[in-house]
Formats: sequence, C-alpha cells, structure tokens
Amino acid sequence: MSESPDNKIAEKPPISRERRQQARRKVLRTILLTGGVMGAALSGFLPLAYAQRSRLRPPGALDEKDFLSSCIKCGQCVQVCPVQAIKLADLVDGFGVGVPYIDARAQACDFSCDAVQCILACPTGALVYHKPEFLSVRSGAQLKAKPILKAKEKDAEPTLNLKERIGVARLTRPEACLAIQGKGFKGQARGAGFKGHMRYMAVDRWKPIRVADHPYDVPECDLCVSECPVKNAISIETVFGPDGRQRKSPVVHEPCVGCGVCEMICPVESAAIEIVPREVWRT
Amino acid sequence: MNGPMKRRFVDQILVMFGREPKKPAEISPKAQEIHLYKKGNRDFIAEKLHARAHAEPSHTWRNRRWITLLLANLLFVVSYWFDVQILEGALTASRFIGFHLIDLNSALQVMLAHKHVIVNLFIGTGTVLVLWILLGGRTFCSWVCPYHLLAEWAEKLHLFLVKKKLVTDQTMDRRLRSVFWLVFAVLAAATGYTVYEAISPTGILSRALIYGPGLALLWVLALLVFEVFFSRRAWCRYACPIGLTYGVVGIVSPLRIMYRLDACFHEGDCRKVCLVPHVLDTVIKGRAIDTEVPIGPDCTRCGLCVDACPTGSLKFDVKGLSKLM
Repeated sequence: MSESPDNKIAEKPPISRERRQQARRKVLRTILLTGGVMGAALSGFLPLAYAQRSRLRPPGALDEKDFLSSCIKCGQCVQVCPVQAIKLADLVDGFGVGVPYIDARAQACDFSCDAVQCILACPTGALVYHKPEFLSVRSGAQLKAKPILKAKEKDAEPTLNLKERIGVARLTRPEACLAIQGKGFKGQARGAGFKGHMRYMAVDRWKPIRVADHPYDVPECDLCVSECPVKNAISIETVFGPDGRQRKSPVVHEPCVGCGVCEMICPVESAAIEIVPREVWRT
Repeated sequence: MNGPMKRRFVDQILVMFGREPKKPAEISPKAQEIHLYKKGNRDFIAEKLHARAHAEPSHTWRNRRWITLLLANLLFVVSYWFDVQILEGALTASRFIGFHLIDLNSALQVMLAHKHVIVNLFIGTGTVLVLWILLGGRTFCSWVCPYHLLAEWAEKLHLFLVKKKLVTDQTMDRRLRSVFWLVFAVLAAATGYTVYEAISPTGILSRALIYGPGLALLWVLALLVFEVFFSRRAWCRYACPIGLTYGVVGIVSPLRIMYRLDACFHEGDCRKVCLVPHVLDTVIKGRAIDTEVPIGPDCTRCGLCVDACPTGSLKFDVKGLSKLM
C-alpha cells in the first residue's frame, strides 16, 4: 500500500506519520506471509531431493516426473484396489503428498481386480492404459506382449491391459533364498501377524484372503513362482553357481511387470527377491 | 444493467483481485433520495427495536451451511469406508455415482504442470465449472471446503482473544492472493509439479478425513495457529488460490447476496461477521449506488450477513428468478 510520492499525495489528504507507519508494517507482514507460504511450498522440494529410494507406483503409472505432474491426489486408485495395495504418500515425501505408491513387501498388487481397476479409476491420466503420443516409452519398459494373468488363463480374454512394467523383480539376496539352498518351506509365509492379502484361485476368485490364513507346505520353496500372478514371469531353473556346482534358483523372465507379489510372499526376512521400481528389462 | 451498475460490476472484480473498494462516483436518483431521507429522519423507536432484534442472533444459514459442509465431506468418508460408492475420491477429484467431478484449481494445476488434458479430466472439470457457476462460485469455500469450517472455529477463538485484548488482528495486503495465484500457476507450468497441491489445506484435510491422518496435517495446524494468534482468517483472505479460482467463476453466477437499501440501518454488524468485508462496502452509509445492489463475486455466499441482519436487507437472491415468479 505504498503511495507514489508526488502527484497522488496532492489529491489525497496528507497521511499522518502513524498511518504511514501502519501501512509500512502491513507491507512487512504481507512479505512475511509470502515468505512463509512460499517456504512451505518449496520445502516440499527438499525431501524429494534427498529421497534415496524410488517408490513403486501403481500399474500404468507414467514415468516419475510426468506421474507427479499429472496426479491430482484424489486417491480414487486407492479406493478401487481390492487388496489395498495402494497407499498415499505423506508430508515427508515432499511433492509426493497425497500421491499413490505401493509398498510391495507390506501389500503387493496381485491383480485380484483382474482388470487394473486403478487405471480405470484415474481421472487425470496419471495411470494410463495407453501412453499419449507425446510421451516417450523408455526402452525396456515396454512389455513384449500383454501379460497373461494366470487367474484368467481359462477366460476368453486372459490378458491384462498393461503395456509397460512398473519395475522388475530381482534376486537381491540370493544367499537367503530357500530355493537356492535347496530348502523347503512350511507354515505361514510371513508369520501369523502379517496383514497382507492375496487372492487364491483355489479358495475364492473374487475374495482375497489374508496370506496368514493360507499356510504353505512345499518340499522345495517356490512361493515366488507359484504365487506370481503373471504367466511365464518367473520360474525355478537349474543354474550353475560360481563354484561350478548345479543348484536351483528363481529366474525372472521378460513378462515380469513388477507387481511385487514375489517380494511380498518371500518367506525369509528380509526378502531375498525384491522389486526394483521403474527398472527396465535388460537382456 | 445501467451505467453505474456496470461500473460497479467491473469494480467488484477488481476488488476481488485485491484493490481496496472506493466510494462510488455515481448514485442513482432513487438511492440518493433514500440516503438523504435517512440523513434527515432518524427513527429512534425503530432503531431501538432493531437493536433488540440484534440481541437474538439467528444461526439459520450458518447451521444449514455447516450441515451441508459436514454431509458433503462425510459422504466422501462413508463412500470409502462402507463402500457405498456414491462419492468416490477426495475433494481434488471424485466421482459422484460415476460422474467425474474435478476441483477447478486442482485441475488447473494439473493441466499447467502436465500440459495434457485427457477426456475424463476435461469432462470432470467442465461439470464442476457448470455446477459452481450455477451455485455461486465461492459457495464452494463456505459450503464445502473443510478448511473453511476449521478456520471459522479458529476465527471464533481469535475474536475471543481480541476481545480479551490478548491479540490484535494483523491485516495484510489482499493483493497477495492474486500474486499467490499467479506464482503457483507459473510454478506448476515451469517445474512440472503441482506445487500448490502439496500445501493445499483443502486437499490435505479432505484426504486426511478419507484416508486417515498424516504429518501433512501439521501444516494445516500451523495455519490455524497463525490465524488464531496473528491474523484473522489469513489463509482464506490473503493466500488461497482456490478461493480466487472459484471467485472468478462466481463473476457470472446468478446466485448471490442482494442488498436492499431502504430497510438498512447501516450499523455494520454484517461487516463484522463477514470473511470478505470488502464486498460489503456498499452497506456503508451513503455508498449504495442503487436501491438494490448485488454483492460482488468475492462473496462466499456463507449467509453470515443474512443471519446477522434483522431487517432482511441482505438476502440470498437468484438473478432473474424474482422477475420470473
């Protein structure tokens, strides 16, 4: 509210010293509030800058920068997910406030909705079936063919409408893998207290149950393979170790979409197999 | 619309963007007559009765509004928690029995940041635009926004502290809101992030209600503390770009508050309760340019002034409806 010195003052009655001081204080306060709000807005950058781990986004998510710019933070993807795999990020995630992510170890996307419902729910195209023309597809992110969902294999349309992977599974701790050690597994995959859900076709196609309510008993651990919802994405193969000895090992193949079920179900702590978010397929 | 009314219409838009209201240059002869009459003929009995009427404040519109606001936000919560699927999503974007609804300011931020508009985004934004044109623009603020309700309660606390002389209201320059609107629009376009969405108390509160509380609520708390101890309704008055976006929509809205000059006693209780008292500049003695003056687009149509006015000089009005009936 500053007055221009010469011509305007002539028209208006002169302002008292007190009034002028008040006006000056008002300007100062306004600048202060500006600084405060802008500081708060930009402080959102910091956590983003020091974010060490990239997060797994829901299926169909655009590349990270485009995803962050197009997500309107409404959580409709959260609402449609039958296993509640999608969560919304909090303040510490910077510009990720309200942006959806998947913590696969806690609850992976097992495609028990059969149709990537989260993409259908997204109102802004942050999750898409088809990327718009002007957005490029990173090499190796594109799936060679639409993934076949094991649960739908007998249906007329067995595929998922998904063109790009959200990550790739990788055996990050092979030394812990039960299959490599030639061990079997008996009991609840993640213990009695684990809250994660999964759809078991043998139990109920439309109602996911708690993983804890579905104990396993296998002579040779292959949970990552048997529970993988996508056909031909992972298998147990005979490989030669560095010492030249033959052993079994889970091997990830090209159809892997990065849903994270293998990471969730892996019975050792911490998981021997993990999803690398936004990883592409390398041959 | 006659000449002076047209000038006032433009003037009120400028006032919304932050200019201080000015004394009108031209007043219609009829209004002039009333102004003069009131100057020369004080009706002391009527003034006494009027003062008595003020002693029993009405809360009709406030209660209606609070119920609407709570129901709207509860509908989101209930839709998710009990899976009734009536209103899915949050205030930023949702689906009402399948129809896309997208908050105008959030949509704007996304469009500027992403620079691509898909069909659903377009439809949802269009629907909401039409909806709030019909309902009054900033009606969104006072009838739907959850932050508005918290801020109203914080304001009560602030006014109590002011009465006790413990704090004073530190006013600021209202042009700041327009500056913020521009800054956040430019930031969205330049950085490709919806920067404003990260600090929008409306979005944060709506999501906290539906998906559970988070640390982001600390920011909302900080704003409320600032408003209680430092500056009355600071966020809504001086900062919120959502309010300005809906205010612009309200320019063409037929639903507004109408001021009638003849019965008004000009004692200004309406201005004391108003979130945006600059829109009620016209109720000041001698300022009304006509016998009936519509209140400008920055008005949130909250109805507090309607409740405060015992003479019915301020009332809800739909443009053209009185002529039709």
